[in-house]
Parts: sequence; structure tokens; C-alpha cells
Amino acid sequence: MSDLRAFRRSRNFFASLKIASMVALGVSLVALVSIVLFVLIRGTGNLTFQLLFGKYGASPSIWPAFLGTLELIVIAVGVAAPIGIASAIFLSEYAERDFWLIRCIRLATETLAGIPSIVYGLFGYLVFVVACGWGYSLLGGGLTLAIMILPLIVRSTEESLLSVPMAIREGSYALGAGKVRTIFAVVLPSASEGILTSLILAMGRVVSESAVLIMTVGMVVNIVPVSPLSAGTSLALDIYYFASFGYPEEASATAVVLLLFVLSLNLLAFLLARLFERKKGLHGQS
Amino acid sequence: MDSLDWAFPSSALEAKDLSLHYGPFEALKKVNLKVKAQEVTALIGPSGCGKSTFLRTLNRMNDLIPGCHLEGQVRIGGVDIYAKAMDVSLLRKRVGMVFQKPNPFPMSIYDNIAFAPRTFGIRKKEELDAIVIASLRQASIFEEVKDRLRESALALSGGQQQRLCIARALAASPQILLLDEPTSALDPISTAKIEDLLATLKSAVTIVIVTHNLQQAARIADTTAFFLLGEIVESGTTEDMFRRPTDKRTENYITGRFG
Repeated sequence: MSDLRAFRRSRNFFASLKIASMVALGVSLVALVSIVLFVLIRGTGNLTFQLLFGKYGASPSIWPAFLGTLELIVIAVGVAAPIGIASAIFLSEYAERDFWLIRCIRLATETLAGIPSIVYGLFGYLVFVVACGWGYSLLGGGLTLAIMILPLIVRSTEESLLSVPMAIREGSYALGAGKVRTIFAVVLPSASEGILTSLILAMGRVVSESAVLIMTVGMVVNIVPVSPLSAGTSLALDIYYFASFGYPEEASATAVVLLLFVLSLNLLAFLLARLFERKKGLHGQS
Repeated sequence: MDSLDWAFPSSALEAKDLSLHYGPFEALKKVNLKVKAQEVTALIGPSGCGKSTFLRTLNRMNDLIPGCHLEGQVRIGGVDIYAKAMDVSLLRKRVGMVFQKPNPFPMSIYDNIAFAPRTFGIRKKEELDAIVIASLRQASIFEEVKDRLRESALALSGGQQQRLCIARALAASPQILLLDEPTSALDPISTAKIEDLLATLKSAVTIVIVTHNLQQAARIADTTAFFLLGEIVESGTTEDMFRRPTDKRTENYITGRFG
């Protein structure tokens, strides 16, 4: 017993902790890098003009999926962002923190964020495909995704708003500004970086989602969608489709495109954060 | 009362039997104080004595705190600021406040200063430009920032930020300026600049300043009030307070026997 205690305080103990954590880091890095490399090596060679921009005919194309993905992003984020941001404003600026109803709402958003996406898919299928009678459609899929990303947007926006210092709100009130002006002219701009980042991460969720879309948009891979009510597909769905129906090369090529898509979204989030820092003049300041 | 040009008839301020409770805690006990117009009045006293709380009753910032209950009266130029007809927004336009820690908004220097005028509906560029420049001059920071009005206010030093906050309050054309330990987070040089600034400002605005620093009160205040445990123990001209305090507790505090 006392040996163990002595060991815990010894130099060797700290050294072994350090080595163990480095090994752990190494394992996770190797896993990450090998997945990315695997996708790139398998897929890049298969990126052809026909696959990217061609007409879906004898050989497949992901052009319909590309348009479908963009349409899904526009619908899902376009619907979820205003509702989510408005809800977060209510929760952080108006609601009484400890009121039971507010606690219930907060608990509900936390729970909703953890529900498996296939459950959202089933809901979307029953409501939009069946009950609304739209059949499989990008609109139904986009709205289901909107519901799915709503709790994410609410939670991270609320966190960004709560992290705006009280002193700044007081400064605004002390200048004679009312609540609405304080929220829109001071609090929201101060939190805009966090809110934008959360929207971009929500886009990432939309782009990488597949379970919801299998049940709502119909996985029609060969027709360019003409309206929100068209059935359609997305890049993630195309990977599933190609892999299941005998196009493994096309599946890996699509994975490359999807990977680049998500990567550029994250890069965009990073660049926006930098831009905001510079605008606020925080750059190089402690 | 709805006109934006509305102002108090005078900036002389009077608190009458002012008591304030946070829930069961009595933070102010029947405080009576007269603040003369165009003077600097310092509120001194140990931490937690109620001086900042009292300051915040003068522009109704305590309205923002839930569970805060107030009795008694505050009159500015004879107008009861807790009357139903009082527009809190106009009150705060005429009674500006500067906080302990500089709190510039995360926007440009120009937009910080233009915030209050814009709140009260001034949109024309020439008018805003004039107000911004005049306010920065009045707060003696114009020369330091004139070439970077469009840059972020957060890039300024702490002392500059605090003078910016004073300029921002001045842009609302206040009659009274409340300052809550405005120099406690600043270095001695920045502190001296702000003290000089307050001395020049008092011809234009009535100043009430909370300070922990007794020398500061002695240097800049015409009148000083000593707070202890939510009460005003003594108030009078600064000279009398420091040379000939009538209350034993004032004398003990001023001579540094507690605090």
C-alpha cells in the first residue's frame, strides 16, 4: 500500500503518465490520419469529370447529389437558424433561469440533441412523407434535418449569449438603451462569432447525415432535383447507394468529395473566427 | 416627457430617507444626501458599505436586479426619478454611468461613442461625427485615437478604454455623471489623467464618484460622504471631512484605523 503511494509521488509515475498520454494521442492520430489517407488514396483516382458533373446515364454521376446536398443545407439551416437563435435569445435574455418550465425546455433540448438520427428519420417519414402526402422530397428531408439540428443551434447559441459579459449589457442599459436595443446592438454582435460557428457545425451535421435522408428524401440518385418537392439524394446517401449497388470506386470517390466538403466547412468556421477576432481587435491582445 | 431634448430643471440631486433591500438584506438604511450641481461629490467607505448600491439607485440600475426593493425618494432638480411618469431611458441619458472595469463594446471606437446618440434616434452622419469628436475631445482622448476611430475599442489600453467609456457616457449629453471606482483597475498615470479630466468636466456635469482611495477623494472632491454599513455617517465639504470630522467613526476610517 505504502509502496503504491510512494510510487504515485515518484518521478517515474509522472514520466509513465506522460508516456501513456503520448501513446494515446498517437493512437488517435494514427486512426484519424489513416482514415483520411485511405479515403483519399482509394477515391482520388476515381474522380472523373463524368462522376462529378456528368449526366447520370450509363455511368453514375454525383451532380444530383451535390445539388440535393446544397438544397438540404439551405432548407435545414434556413429554417432552423432563425427559430433556434430566437429561442436561444428568449432562454438567455428573457426567461427566468430557475423557472420550472424553462428547466423543462432546457432538459428537452439536451435530450433532443442526443436522440439517434434514425428516430428523427422515422418521424420525418411519418409526418412529411406520409401525413403531409409529399412523398419522398428534399423539402421533407430538409425540414426533418432542421428539427434535428435545432437543439444544437439553440444550445450553442445560448452558450454564446451567456458568455457575453454582464458588464457589457449594463453598459448599454446605463446609456439609456432598452432591452431590445441591448440585445440586437450589443449582445448579438458580441456573440456572433459563436453563433456563426454553431451554424457552420450544424451544416456539417446536415452534410454528413444519412439515416434521416434514407427515410425522407428517397435516395433517387439519377435525377437532378428541380424543386424542393422533388425526391432526391445527398452526397452521403450516394456513398451508401454506390457501395450497396456495385459501384465501389464511385463510392470512394464520392467519399473524397464529401470529406473535402466537410473540411472546407470547418475551414470556413475557422477563418470566420479569425476574421471576427481581427474585427474586434482582439488579435495579439491578452 | 417624451421629447428627447427633455432635461432635468437642474442637476442638483437629493436622496431622502432612501432605504434599499435585497430580499431580507438591508443594503441602505434611510440615506439622506444632497449633491450640489457642478460639484464633485465623493462617496467613501469600506467594502460592502452600500456606496456602490447607493450610486446605482441614482440612475435606477438597481431596477435590473430581481428582488431589490426601494423606499424613500431620489429627486434630481426636484423631479422624483422613481415616479411612474419617469422614463428610465431618458433618466439614464441624463444621468450617465462609468463602471469599475472599463466595459467598451466590442465594436469600433466611433460606434462606441455613437451608441447613445443612435439610441436616441440621431442618424445623420454629420451630426454623429460632430458628437463623436466633441465627446472624445471632452474626455481628452481625441488626440490619441483620432487616426483610428474605425478600429476596435478593445485594442486600447485600460486607461484609454476607461476614458473612452467616459466619452461614451458624455455623448448622451448627461447632466450628472456617476462613476463607480473608475480608476481602481488602472495604473497611477491613467488614474491621474482621469482625475484631471474629472476636474475639467465638473463645470459641465455634476459628478458623483465612488472611490476606495481616500487621497483621490481629497484631491478631486468638493463634498465627501462617508458610508458605513448602509448608512451615511457623515457628509460635508471634503476639507471639513478630512480635517475636522465630527464623528469618531469617520475619523477612525480616515486615519486608517479600519477599512
